[in-house]
Amino acid sequence: MLYRTAGQFKTSYTADQALFPVRQDAVLLGIILVLAWVVLPLTASEFAFQTLLIPILIYALAATGLNLLTGYAGQLSLGTAAFMGVGAYACYKLVTLMPWLNPVVAILLSGVFSAGIGVAFGIPSLRIKGFYLAIATLAAQFFLIWLFEKWAWLYNYNASGAIQVPNLDMFGLWVAGPQAASATQYFVVLAVVTLMTVLCINLTRGTLGRTWKATRDMDIAAELIGINLMKSKLTAFAISSYVVGVAGALFVFMWRGAAEPNLFDIGLSFRILFIAIIGGLGSILGNYLGAILIVGLPVVLNVVPEALGLHISSATVEHLNTMIVGSLIIFFLVIEPHGLARLWTLIREKLIVWPFPY
Amino acid sequence: MYTYLIEPFVEMFEAPDFLMQVLWEGLVSGVLYALIALGFVLIFRSSRIFNFAQGIMVVFAALTLVGLHAAGLPAWIAVAATLGVMFLLAVTVERVVLRPLVGQPDIILFMATIGITLFLIGFGEIIFGGENKAMITSELGIPTGDVVLEPFGGLLILQKLDMTVVAVAVILVGALLAFLNFTRMGRAIRALGDDHQAALSVGISLQTIWVLVWFIAGVIALVTGIAWGARAGVSFALEVIAYKALPVLMLGGLESITGAIIGGLMIGMLEKLFEIYWGQPFLGGNTETWFAFVLALIVLLFRPQGLFGERIIERV
Repeated sequence: MLYRTAGQFKTSYTADQALFPVRQDAVLLGIILVLAWVVLPLTASEFAFQTLLIPILIYALAATGLNLLTGYAGQLSLGTAAFMGVGAYACYKLVTLMPWLNPVVAILLSGVFSAGIGVAFGIPSLRIKGFYLAIATLAAQFFLIWLFEKWAWLYNYNASGAIQVPNLDMFGLWVAGPQAASATQYFVVLAVVTLMTVLCINLTRGTLGRTWKATRDMDIAAELIGINLMKSKLTAFAISSYVVGVAGALFVFMWRGAAEPNLFDIGLSFRILFIAIIGGLGSILGNYLGAILIVGLPVVLNVVPEALGLHISSATVEHLNTMIVGSLIIFFLVIEPHGLARLWTLIREKLIVWPFPY
Repeated sequence: MYTYLIEPFVEMFEAPDFLMQVLWEGLVSGVLYALIALGFVLIFRSSRIFNFAQGIMVVFAALTLVGLHAAGLPAWIAVAATLGVMFLLAVTVERVVLRPLVGQPDIILFMATIGITLFLIGFGEIIFGGENKAMITSELGIPTGDVVLEPFGGLLILQKLDMTVVAVAVILVGALLAFLNFTRMGRAIRALGDDHQAALSVGISLQTIWVLVWFIAGVIALVTGIAWGARAGVSFALEVIAYKALPVLMLGGLESITGAIIGGLMIGMLEKLFEIYWGQPFLGGNTETWFAFVLALIVLLFRPQGLFGERIIERV
């Protein structure tokens, strides 16, 4: 009914391949964008900004980066958190060495460093495949975390060994550090995330994205039709790590405010992998759905027992969370192994032909 | 150059007793890594599932044992009861997780085992609490104390506990190999590993074998848990050793039992050597967290299937 496509004729191949083949998709996206840019900032509380909106966007961006690598190019990676760490530490060094630098430019630049590190750790992927590669990326995870801890230059020889985000302003507004308002930070995050998402969507629809998909589906066959595997895999590592690095910089500068090496431990890598897999590998929308689920769930679980009048100690709640997240992962994998994005695709197809079965 | 490349070796030759001590310590942790890796390999061979939960099964088994003993059961009955719990776990995992996911891509099954990991962590913390507990070493009749040897006029201290661990591990591996090679069930497991379809068509039950394999992995987990718990206490901090089993698998090959054992011993000893002679003097220490991974990565660059893994043959 709402999704009726009658009357929307495609007269050229270009029109058929357009970003929104169905007009309602564009309308829906417009509504979501208005919601994100206008309605939510006006209505959200400080609590909502800090525990839901900002983290959802940042996690979704990190998962998008991972999804480019794992979902599109087929290279399983377990080192996402370490690459986020590279982005965060690079951003910290940039703003402390060059305080006049615009913070958003610094955040976008810091991704370049994680892209470089990503390519270096991506080189083994030319020879190593599948689970062996996944374990190889763990080398990046553990080695980089160790480096963040031991290389004092990275955190400017602080006694605490942690990085503290300084106050940063942009056009007279505080955007990072203790003085920044949540709403301002939300807009910065939203702007960066929107920009990166648009870029990623178009990247995956273009030549590079198709090259990646061919590599993922069968790399020998891809090589036979003339795809340069080295280029394909290394660009995937570079671009994925770039996006992940930017997400890492946002993670620390726009949300956490401070970071120590342990923040980027393997648990964070897995959380992002969950988001990408529960959302749906090989889908950009899925990252957002997954992030909403993974970030939103603990918040809901914290509120529910209170609302029911049960008093459980916070430690127990945390453990219950872990347990429930674990079972939900299994539950979602069992009902739809291809993720929430596939569920949405199915619903949308049903809506288009509704009320007829086909 | 001299300080980095030559001097550590000179030190090794000057104090051979200390070198032997370091190697022994490395050997004992290597045995434990190898045991965890063995659990991985068994499950991977029979079902192509990369079982990330193996490490947490170690902790869970150890916690159950300590918890049951604290609840008043005599030590050996607690061991039997823990085996019962591990069997129950195997059945549940097969029913709830594996059966609905048969035939899904590897990565989905891998994620499902991470789901199991999280579930077990949360469940274990709620039931047993997060604090570090002492393993019931003396109740199980494991000898403690040390044996002091004096090779080359030096001093070498061997914990009796560690010696027991090594001995038990050798017996366990021997029993396992005998089981896999000389019994009907064992042959069925290997058949499934070779070819699912062919194994099913000659009447091997996938479900039974999966339960069996997960149960054996649980038994290995319990032994590992007792051994490691006796050295360091039982808590969820133990899960870090689970990550150590991963480079062992990489080095040895995902399918090879020999590979798991040799890889485990190699990594255990080499990482100790590197930490003592290079890590602490030059790199600020704590290199054990990544050394094994980097070593495995370098080996893999030359042998992409690990030292003993099956040769990867690709067809288009």
